[in-house]
Amino acid sequence: MKPPPFDYVAPVSLPEALDILSQRGADAKVLAGGQSLIPVMNFRLASPHLLVDLNPISELSFIRLNGDALHIGAMTRQRAVERDPLVAEHAPLLHEAMPDIAHPQIRNRGTIGGSLVHADPAAELPAIMVALDAVFVIRSRQGERQVTASDFFQGLFTVDIQPDELLTEIIIPVKKANTGYAFLELARRHGDYAMMGVAATFEMKAGKCLSARLVYLNAGDKPVVASQASALLVGQSSTAELFAAAAEKAASDEMEPLGNLHATPEFQRHLARVLTVRALNIAASRADLKPSRSGAKKHG
Amino acid sequence: MAETPHTITLTVNGTPYTRDVETRLLLSDFLRHTLDLTGTHVGCEHGVCGACTVLLEGEPVRSCLMLAVQAAGHAITTVEGLSSSADQMHPLQNAFWEAHGLQCGFCTPGILMTLTAYLKDNPHPDEHEVRTALSGNLCRCTGYQNIVTAARLAAAKMSG
Repeated sequence: MKPPPFDYVAPVSLPEALDILSQRGADAKVLAGGQSLIPVMNFRLASPHLLVDLNPISELSFIRLNGDALHIGAMTRQRAVERDPLVAEHAPLLHEAMPDIAHPQIRNRGTIGGSLVHADPAAELPAIMVALDAVFVIRSRQGERQVTASDFFQGLFTVDIQPDELLTEIIIPVKKANTGYAFLELARRHGDYAMMGVAATFEMKAGKCLSARLVYLNAGDKPVVASQASALLVGQSSTAELFAAAAEKAASDEMEPLGNLHATPEFQRHLARVLTVRALNIAASRADLKPSRSGAKKHG
Repeated sequence: MAETPHTITLTVNGTPYTRDVETRLLLSDFLRHTLDLTGTHVGCEHGVCGACTVLLEGEPVRSCLMLAVQAAGHAITTVEGLSSSADQMHPLQNAFWEAHGLQCGFCTPGILMTLTAYLKDNPHPDEHEVRTALSGNLCRCTGYQNIVTAARLAAAKMSG
């Protein structure tokens, strides 16, 4: 189908975009990469009066390392994030998950900020950002505020952003040396929405788990943080029994998978158990890497 | 709602065009109906089938998930732009002909555009890599076997 008529503006600067949203935000929909919004408009599930196209605003597309944090502009294409050496080095969890996001044709247009604001609970980026303790910079004509990824996602396609506000920047703390990570998902076909997925981080000290994070996609109405499962791991040595117990806790008690055509909630819980054990093994082994004697730097 | 047409200028297959378009006109429909470049096919119109894949500044994108107004100032390549003349096909097109990489042909333009960009970055893909590269393009006839064969044949020929 084709979208119904709408007005269209393409501001070339951030102040100009914020001005437009302050006046017409309630009627408007912001167009980022369009890889979710245009299909929804083609289906006529959304019919905004005004589209505010951010694509000409080049100042919203960047990847920078600032001290101990990576700063990524909201309009940075997913493909650029996937190919960026700074992301690969300092946010390897994000780097590893990028190829699982839809297809190259989608990632060439899709933006990191667009996916986050769309907040599909089955999408990878929201779960990754919660796992990485990312902070989102949100701007309006009134000023700027910051919100943590875990507070930003409020429910199904619902986030902490007002009609006159824009997500402009994502701040990701760089990976610590003694922290391992893993991202695993299971989809029926590469690039499809996953039936279940998990982002894991695992911090080690003296052979014990210092902290861990397990965040699931497609396990509820927003990214699901399994804090009780993570708590089981802290202070313990990595054993198969421990990882199985954590997986059981997360899958049985800490998620509410909604089920769909291809996977019942029970099956999604089963996948969560299997993927959690695998992810913990990978993350723990990466955290445990000792610096090599030659001094060569290893990805941990 | 009354709509003001937008005037856009863009380059398609090396030729500059200036046209008035409605804001809601999809790039796929602009190519087919405004420019009569019907080689770009329209399947699902929600970004799943890949039939409408074109190159935007050399990178494959879904033309059904872009508005024509958004293509203003950009260079687009469609399947018509792969070869310079009708009797001299692109090596990738030749490989599809040789290996019988199509049946009904509906998905073929999108697959050719996807593979053109992919083979530039990955000149020696194995079978699994070709299948992953093609995961965003649906084919309902071939079972993909001969498409994968054609892609690898093209890769071998193009890299000499």
